[in-house]
Amino acid sequence: MNLFELLKAVAPELIVTAGAFLVLLVDLAFMRGHEIKRRLAVSGGVACLACLAAIVWISQSSGTANLPMLSLTPLTQLIKQVLIGLTIFTIIVSLNAKFTTHVGEYFAILLLAAVGLMLLVSSENLLMIFVALELVSLSLYALSAFNKASLASAEAALKYFFFGGMSAAFTLFGISLIYGLTGHTELGAIAAAMKAQSVEPVFYVALVMTLIGFAFKIAAAPLHLWVPDTYYAAPTPIAAFIASGSKVGCFFVLARILIQGFESNHGSAAWQQFVSGWMPVIAVLALASMLLGNIAAIAQTSVKRILAYSAIAQAGYALLALFAHEQRAMASLLYFVITYAITVLGSLAVVSIVENSGSRDRLTDFAGLSRRAPVLSGCMLIFILSLAGIPPLAGFFGKFYVFTSAAGAAKDLGMLWLVIAAVGASAISLYYYLQILKQIYVADAPVSPTAIQTPVFAGIGIVVLAAAVVVLGCAPDLLLDKILAAINSVG
Amino acid sequence: MLAWTIYISFLGAAALVFLPRENARLIRWVSLVIALAGLLCGVAAICQYQTNGSSGVVEILNIPWIKDLGISFYLAADGISLTLVLLTGIAAVCGVLFSWNIEHRVKEFFAFYFALIGGVYGVFLSFDLFLLFVFYEIAIVPKYFLIAIWGSKRREYGAMKLAIYSFVGSAMVLIGIIAAYIVSGSSSFNLLELASYPFSETFQAWAFPLVFIGFAILAGLWPFHTWAPMGHSAAPTAASMLLAGVVMKLGAYGALRVAMTLFPLGLERWHNEIALLAVIGIVYGATVALIQRDFKFVIGYSSVSHMGFVLLGLMTLTQIGLSGAVLQMFSHGIIAGLLFGVVGRMVYERAHTRDLDELQPMNLSKALPFAAVTFVIASAASMGLPGFSGFVAELQVLIGAWQTFPGLTIIAAAGIVIGAAFMLRALIKAFFAENEPGKTQPAGGLHFEAISIPERVGAVVLLTTTVAIGLWPKLLLDLINPALNSPLMQPLWKGAAL
Repeated sequence: MNLFELLKAVAPELIVTAGAFLVLLVDLAFMRGHEIKRRLAVSGGVACLACLAAIVWISQSSGTANLPMLSLTPLTQLIKQVLIGLTIFTIIVSLNAKFTTHVGEYFAILLLAAVGLMLLVSSENLLMIFVALELVSLSLYALSAFNKASLASAEAALKYFFFGGMSAAFTLFGISLIYGLTGHTELGAIAAAMKAQSVEPVFYVALVMTLIGFAFKIAAAPLHLWVPDTYYAAPTPIAAFIASGSKVGCFFVLARILIQGFESNHGSAAWQQFVSGWMPVIAVLALASMLLGNIAAIAQTSVKRILAYSAIAQAGYALLALFAHEQRAMASLLYFVITYAITVLGSLAVVSIVENSGSRDRLTDFAGLSRRAPVLSGCMLIFILSLAGIPPLAGFFGKFYVFTSAAGAAKDLGMLWLVIAAVGASAISLYYYLQILKQIYVADAPVSPTAIQTPVFAGIGIVVLAAAVVVLGCAPDLLLDKILAAINSVG
Repeated sequence: MLAWTIYISFLGAAALVFLPRENARLIRWVSLVIALAGLLCGVAAICQYQTNGSSGVVEILNIPWIKDLGISFYLAADGISLTLVLLTGIAAVCGVLFSWNIEHRVKEFFAFYFALIGGVYGVFLSFDLFLLFVFYEIAIVPKYFLIAIWGSKRREYGAMKLAIYSFVGSAMVLIGIIAAYIVSGSSSFNLLELASYPFSETFQAWAFPLVFIGFAILAGLWPFHTWAPMGHSAAPTAASMLLAGVVMKLGAYGALRVAMTLFPLGLERWHNEIALLAVIGIVYGATVALIQRDFKFVIGYSSVSHMGFVLLGLMTLTQIGLSGAVLQMFSHGIIAGLLFGVVGRMVYERAHTRDLDELQPMNLSKALPFAAVTFVIASAASMGLPGFSGFVAELQVLIGAWQTFPGLTIIAAAGIVIGAAFMLRALIKAFFAENEPGKTQPAGGLHFEAISIPERVGAVVLLTTTVAIGLWPKLLLDLINPALNSPLMQPLWKGAAL
């Protein structure tokens, strides 16, 4: 391996890292005296440019490389582009932030989190995956505490940090056990070693421990306790990033570990034919997340908390994809989480605009929004209906694809029980999604409503995201063909 | 041609959003044009269909949509779909006419209205199960907003109830569709292909009731009917007309097109049980309507009763019963639209009450003669008097049912008698009450705003339709019966063809 090859392979990551330092430099060296708005615009602009440069680089590069710690395929390149895209939208939403004066640091750490995600999806080595995961986590802990004026933000960040640190420790321990069992940290080598030997009980300990860290990251119950608080109290753009970028990356890696690394130890979660392996564990996580997320969301009065519990439920649906056969599993999972990320990012962006206009995120703060800000409300309508799974929006086809793929996985409709649970759970979800829309469209505006000021860039960003939700719902093949082509080229 | 019914409605809904909010007049006229254009497309397609002498399923459009799952954008029509497209067209036009006086957020009203109509057209014309399901779900959300924003008493409750019922029903359908797709070998959602797949008897035994009831919830199948009276009475007039007139038919149509067509063995296994539920619905709906005080609830429960005939007809396993069921879908759509038009628009918006006891002293036959005449004719049609469409339809259903379950048929016929009773009671109380002298007119007199021209036109269109079909049912039966003779529908009935 020569150094040049390595540099070329990690160039997108390097670009974004350089962008992070550049943002720091620009903000601290030249912008200190200026007003916050200016600083946000300049730093955000630099950060966006770095991200765009990385996207362009990826789309120009050949896309395959096989290095000891990194393995680049068209699929990882596609995911990376998605991740950077989500980062750009997060930056745009942050442009009118009011929660911090540390502009440079804010964008720099955000870019570092993006770098962590990019490395995370590029590696098939458990050690590298863990290191990248920690980079993401540490950045996000810091970011969620960024609102220093708010006690709740600090509390939420602390909660996020404690739970996150704990579950990362579990995962590290799980990885060490796997290394002990197989002598490898490469996913392919682990799979080969596992196939060659009989399964020992300690493997299951290792499996469950490894899964804990990822279940935490993707917000699956019962490791969801941080989710409502962090979404609620963290700065809204950061909540959006945790819900979108971090989720896409972690779901992808989780799927890779399970499908590639533990290929021969999947077991079965088919009705009355349970066989131990990772599938029953995932089935339990999925079932718990769907039920808990959907039922707990009903009682919420804060829009961000509703979205947080809905995120738990959606994580449950997404987990169903893992039961599907080979390529279908990855394809349906990616379609689902990517469209979900777009949707949740958009909806939290709307929340952030409403918050920045001087109100909070209670349901009643959205009363009559359709008459105060028709375009914004129209976009929110699209996002929420997509989350509820109403066609022809992206969320509907995502769910449909995942459910169909999962149902076809086992013989004799063996997985149908979990699909029935999922469909039933999503029928419940309509209730609380409609509660949000009811406020926006049905309820009368308060007597002296606060004016909603939509910043230009954020407004454009939201409209673009809403359009993407509609287009991807009406023509899923636009995204699906890309995903399938990338998967097939990996073989 | 026919596909344009769908496009026009959705494009119309989108276009309405961009019209200026203040110009209500423009919005109304544009809406009327959109509805008329849809109706014309439907009528033109029917004429074309008949002159071509075709009988089976005619393909309109078939393009691959989502290749990985074998989903295509497959629109097609047979006589049954065309009948219901025609119904939707008429109901859409009359709905606009009866909403002419809406002032509150009129633009959004018609945008949601046409989103609903587009979904309904789409369901009737989809022969790909995925596509059908997409349109079926599209129709849920506009209903919620139409009721929750523009409705009357307990509108938010009624709207949410309807939304949840619809969504639970469609969840059941979704599970059934996915299971059928997997079992058949996961290559296509094409209805014709799936219908030719021999699903095992054990599979059909559970899949049929799941999908059938999932759809039939929306058709007001007892005991899942409770959304209907509540939703109908909470809704604004146009939405009640569409709910009773068209949306309930979505349920019945889905039950016929999907559940029964895919799972004929399941139908044979379960038809007795479901027929029993249908008959209970007929009698129960009529009986409850007899004691309602709220005028709109009377009509709401009458819908449950009349939809019972549709479901009973579907269960007869005879051609005449099935043809009666489809005709009854059309007929009830028209008559219910008319009844809700009179009660919700002509009476309620002027008298501001729907309580029969409060309407009694108003002597509405003098105050609103046009409404009274319309309602007399409409209730005659609703009672099933000869000369109106309801008579032909219910008669066919009863003949078919007699061949399959004579006992239940007698009870269902009793339901007709109760039906006559509650219509007469409502008619007398609301319009022709004999008031004691001295207690009559409340102070201030009763000068209602005259019945407007759009209302008159709408009422006349609906009246003409029901009379036309009543006198000359061949008009529609020539569409329906050949469709039932096609290879797709033949497994659903036994015995001689008509």
